[in-house]
Amino acid sequence: MTVIYLDNNATTQVDAAVLEAMLPYYHELYGNPSSMHTFGGQVGRRLREAREQVAALLGAAPDEIIFTSCGSESDNTAIRSALATFPGRRHIVTSRVEHPAINALVAHLAKEGYRITELPVDSQGRLNLDQYDQALTPDTAIASLMWANNETGVIFPVEQAAALARNKGILFHTDAVQAVGKIPIDLRQNSIDMLSLSGHKLHAAKGVGVLYVRKGTKFAPLLIGGHQEKGRRGGTENVPSIIGLGVACQLAAQRMDEENTRVKALRDKLENALLAGIPKSRVNGDRVQRLPNTSNISFESIEGEAILLLINELGICASSGSACTSGSLQPSHVLRAMGVPFTMAHGSIRFSLSVFNTEREIDYVVEKFPLVIEKLRALSPYWGVGEAVCATMEG
Amino acid sequence: MWEYSDKVIDHFLHPRNVGELEGADGEAMVGNIACGDALKLTFKLDDQGRIQEARFKTFGCASAIASASAMTEMIKGLTIEEAAKITDQDIADYLGGLPKEKIHCSVMGREALEKAIAHYKGEVVPGVEGKVICECFGVTEPEIERAVRDHNLKSVEEVTNYTKAGGGCGGCADAIQEIIDRVQAAAPGAPRRPPLTNLQKIRLIEDTIQREIRPALQQDGGDLELIDVVGDRVMVATRGACASCAAAQLTLKDFVEAKLKELVAPELRVEEVAP
Repeated sequence: MTVIYLDNNATTQVDAAVLEAMLPYYHELYGNPSSMHTFGGQVGRRLREAREQVAALLGAAPDEIIFTSCGSESDNTAIRSALATFPGRRHIVTSRVEHPAINALVAHLAKEGYRITELPVDSQGRLNLDQYDQALTPDTAIASLMWANNETGVIFPVEQAAALARNKGILFHTDAVQAVGKIPIDLRQNSIDMLSLSGHKLHAAKGVGVLYVRKGTKFAPLLIGGHQEKGRRGGTENVPSIIGLGVACQLAAQRMDEENTRVKALRDKLENALLAGIPKSRVNGDRVQRLPNTSNISFESIEGEAILLLINELGICASSGSACTSGSLQPSHVLRAMGVPFTMAHGSIRFSLSVFNTEREIDYVVEKFPLVIEKLRALSPYWGVGEAVCATMEG
Repeated sequence: MWEYSDKVIDHFLHPRNVGELEGADGEAMVGNIACGDALKLTFKLDDQGRIQEARFKTFGCASAIASASAMTEMIKGLTIEEAAKITDQDIADYLGGLPKEKIHCSVMGREALEKAIAHYKGEVVPGVEGKVICECFGVTEPEIERAVRDHNLKSVEEVTNYTKAGGGCGGCADAIQEIIDRVQAAAPGAPRRPPLTNLQKIRLIEDTIQREIRPALQQDGGDLELIDVVGDRVMVATRGACASCAAAQLTLKDFVEAKLKELVAPELRVEEVAP
């Protein structure tokens, strides 16, 4: 069966050009970039090039790029570094809708005695910057806000948030895993101190990430080891993946326009058609300040896992914020923080597109998807009973 | 992705007996939308008092739909008394098993059946009303007690898998643990307190070997005889196929000793002596 892959916020296909760039470094050019011989040294030169390619996409200097193993490692390194370099400060500011790499980490740090402020969001998933500003105190070691939300695609005003933190002498970190490659980022134009990205979200391989650390920022490594990454991250480099990430960043820059025109148009077409064709459906999150590729839609009175498994039979891949898909018993913390009603939260589906999606695929989904919803609603004791249960969740 | 059995997928993709019966003899609605799953069951009896038709509607995941579909298939043709004997384990077994995190789906099926039968009889389901322990999912003390007792649950996680209790904010974890401890302490085979006297211990060892261990060994043509008990050392001699079996040592440790530790006292050691 042909697969229609609309789950690109989970992971993406490695681009053919990226894979081609990576392959020689597994077998023929396997040298260690730290070696003194030319055989290894030539790999070192290629790593340097990859570092420049990543830096170029972000508007950063190559020295400001630290290669890591994933977005989660980058996030952990950033937060731990801030706590280590400001040992007198015991407070962290973040939001209630962060990725678990931040969310679970700060919950862990709370047990170590740190004070955590998790800012709420409104029903559209938006942050209140005044509230954020008030949360920043002289005791705050770092503020960390995601650039774009993985579930809803909602974009936070991180550049303004970084400026407010800078005014108070507080470090600012952003988890930009979902934003990089989808919206333009220029770190010369703002005061973000640290930024995390992950390779496999932008058509590079799994197992490689980046932590950007602005020049002059005090830094303490998480992984202590060799002199790799100028002592900022010990461990032999994941050479093929890093080289692939460099190429992926170059491609992302070239495709930025397409992402924000063609892909966005496909996303809008899908979203509008589903909303028009399926009663009692609604978009979760701000539709304006949002990634061009993401749409999170709730369908009343049915459950997300059942939707996913039925569209799976049609070859359509997406994901859900329902409780059952996660193995937990509660729906997504993001939807709960937004106060999405129960009737809607369990039936949420996230579609996330990429430049590889075509109009034909979207047409197919638009044709088939409403039938799936109809089938499940025919099974549901809540569908068509008139009065909907409108309890609102507290986050 | 969950590893569902083919039968679960079949009942999910092709659910049997969907709908609601007009003028049903028994009906029930369990669960609610906030909890993420709900099940409405209706059934009608024939002249002989057997369940002639059953219909369901489910809001929930694939295994919730499959559990309800399976349950309606299972009860058709049964008398009320026969249907009342169906357990959540029966529903899970019928489906070729469920992932452990999804056991609560079969529990919901059994609850709906119980409640619909009670409705038919004009009764209230016993042992459900009570103090609410898990606020997130509205699970009561009697419900948790029953799950612990019926399924010999030992951890909060297991209780969550069966009843959902504790799966939300987790604030009731301590209360659930207390219920587990209390129910397990009262259960047969639980460690007795105060400690056993020597006489009680030997009797219990004898009893356990007779009831739990020998029948299992005899199935494989083996057998076992209790020779003596010295302190915590249990002296046994192997008989039948066990006497010549290379794996007998393993059986003594992994099965005989484990059973005695579980049912008599955890400090017991099994030693083989010449017959």
